[in-house]
Amino acid sequence: MGTDKITRAVIVHRAGASVTVQDLGRPGNMVDGLSPGGAADRCAFVEGAVLLGQDLDCAALEMAGFGGEFEATSDMRVALTGAPMQVRLDGQPLEFNASHTLAAGQRLTVGAATRGVYGYLHVGGGFATQPFLGSRAVHLASGIGAPISGGDQISVGEDAKPGNVGQKLSVNDRFSGGVVQVLPSIQTNLFSVATRERFEATVFFRTPRGNRQGVELKFDGDPFTSEGQLKILSESMIAGDIQMTGNGDPFVLLPECQTTGGYPRIGTILPDDLPIVAQAGVGVSLMFKFITHKQALAHHRSPKVLYANLGAKLHPLLRDPHDIQDLLGYQLISGAITGWD
Amino acid sequence: MSGLVNTSVTFPRILNVGLNGVLVNFSDKLSERANRAALAFRNRIEQTAPAGVVETSTSLTSAFVSYDPVLLPVETLHEYLSDLLKTEPWENAALPENRRLWRIPAAFGGKFGPQLNDAANLAGLTPEMAIKDLTAPRLRVLTIGFAPGQPYLGTLGEAWNIPRQTGLTKQVPNGAIAAAIRQLVLFTAETPTGWRQVGQTAFRGFRPESNTPFALRPGDEIQFSHIEAGEFEKIQRQDESGDGGAQWEPIK
Repeated sequence: MGTDKITRAVIVHRAGASVTVQDLGRPGNMVDGLSPGGAADRCAFVEGAVLLGQDLDCAALEMAGFGGEFEATSDMRVALTGAPMQVRLDGQPLEFNASHTLAAGQRLTVGAATRGVYGYLHVGGGFATQPFLGSRAVHLASGIGAPISGGDQISVGEDAKPGNVGQKLSVNDRFSGGVVQVLPSIQTNLFSVATRERFEATVFFRTPRGNRQGVELKFDGDPFTSEGQLKILSESMIAGDIQMTGNGDPFVLLPECQTTGGYPRIGTILPDDLPIVAQAGVGVSLMFKFITHKQALAHHRSPKVLYANLGAKLHPLLRDPHDIQDLLGYQLISGAITGWD
Repeated sequence: MSGLVNTSVTFPRILNVGLNGVLVNFSDKLSERANRAALAFRNRIEQTAPAGVVETSTSLTSAFVSYDPVLLPVETLHEYLSDLLKTEPWENAALPENRRLWRIPAAFGGKFGPQLNDAANLAGLTPEMAIKDLTAPRLRVLTIGFAPGQPYLGTLGEAWNIPRQTGLTKQVPNGAIAAAIRQLVLFTAETPTGWRQVGQTAFRGFRPESNTPFALRPGDEIQFSHIEAGEFEKIQRQDESGDGGAQWEPIK
């Protein structure tokens, strides 16, 4: 940013324990042992870019479980996506999955997630922290960047579309678990057919153990073990892999996963379904279903395609009867409607 | 279920990794030749990759390709890779250019290698013999992986074909040396691991503050020299470069 420009920034008054700047990550460094990283819920990241009508390289704040209290140094467009969180603008409820103005000096408070794990705060122009190897994504597991905390001030880029707010997106619910589609991976055939069938018939629950590297699941029943699993050569690993650790408990790898792993993997989750796992709160149930490559391709939308598709689904915050009903709900509670302007 | 899974058992084999990954696997056992093949094959993909390849990397005995399955249909990618496999005997390929030999001081055993005795025992060696085995050879950086800049080193003798632990060690420090399956790992971050920690260095393989954040490259060689705990602690205290007393020279 030029020194002759007025600095645009977000002032952080307080923040949850794991609030980090994220984008779509930095592919291209697996050969050096660095996984791509980036937003845990890529779908939510894309939704924010769509709501603000800006490029997919605009970084956002990812808030795990709890947001914080924020203020803008100058008028700024904002949008909130991902795990629904309680949001207020100067004390008044603010609609999720919609674009709004955060005027200079106003306080935006983002509370606990009511469902799901990762919520996202997007700003017009994106957060303008220093990139590392072409991305601003904090990679906690590798010590690239750090979580933000109270007292921080985060630079924000120039907004290409100032004033363009009041847009809303209706989003797919992916915050309460469900069925996750899985493709075969390198070691799938080391698990017997009976083990794979039992895997598909088992209900798994998210445990408290987990972070942006991966999440642990538990279940009732015998461990899922494969042939010779303590001597398998370490092999390339990607987000979405379902790894069976030494004791047979599944561990689903997320964007900050290691690039290689020695425990066998029973399958790899369809990238489009990975947000369901990332957004599963502690105790939420998940099941897995194997699909073919062809079936997977029919479901798959890359971030760019998703961006284009969602653009057509934007609608004004006020005109949709469903939304008006929502807003009336807010009115009953708060006695005033705020949140678009 | 059948028909869904990768079932090829002859090498080299091309295996799908979920929707957007393909692995070209030269062997399911670690060998110098399979590692050589993986490094050379990956370099060739980098030079000739069709549109739709997102990134490539290597593991011990495989080249990995991440791709966009919409731009590059899986059948087309498989065809490209299987044609490339036929172009030369990859297991005889030259090692990468600009390789370096690193000499890195390390403290083995005691508090800096709390599982040296366990590991030596599994290998059927005394701790002294084990240290000799780990410091005598020039070990190749077979691949960089798991964490940024983190080398897998090998190949140790057959005695060192020792399994991982069933459980995980809660935390080994940055710079730790751990053994399993005829290899050593030189950790570049604090991490839990199933490998047994036999020693420690003050070498930092990942330096995010530097213009060259990744110190080592696949194909580089490392020779450890055993130093006493006191000397190691002195290096630990004084080193600011991240080299931890290491020196390197080009391999001609």
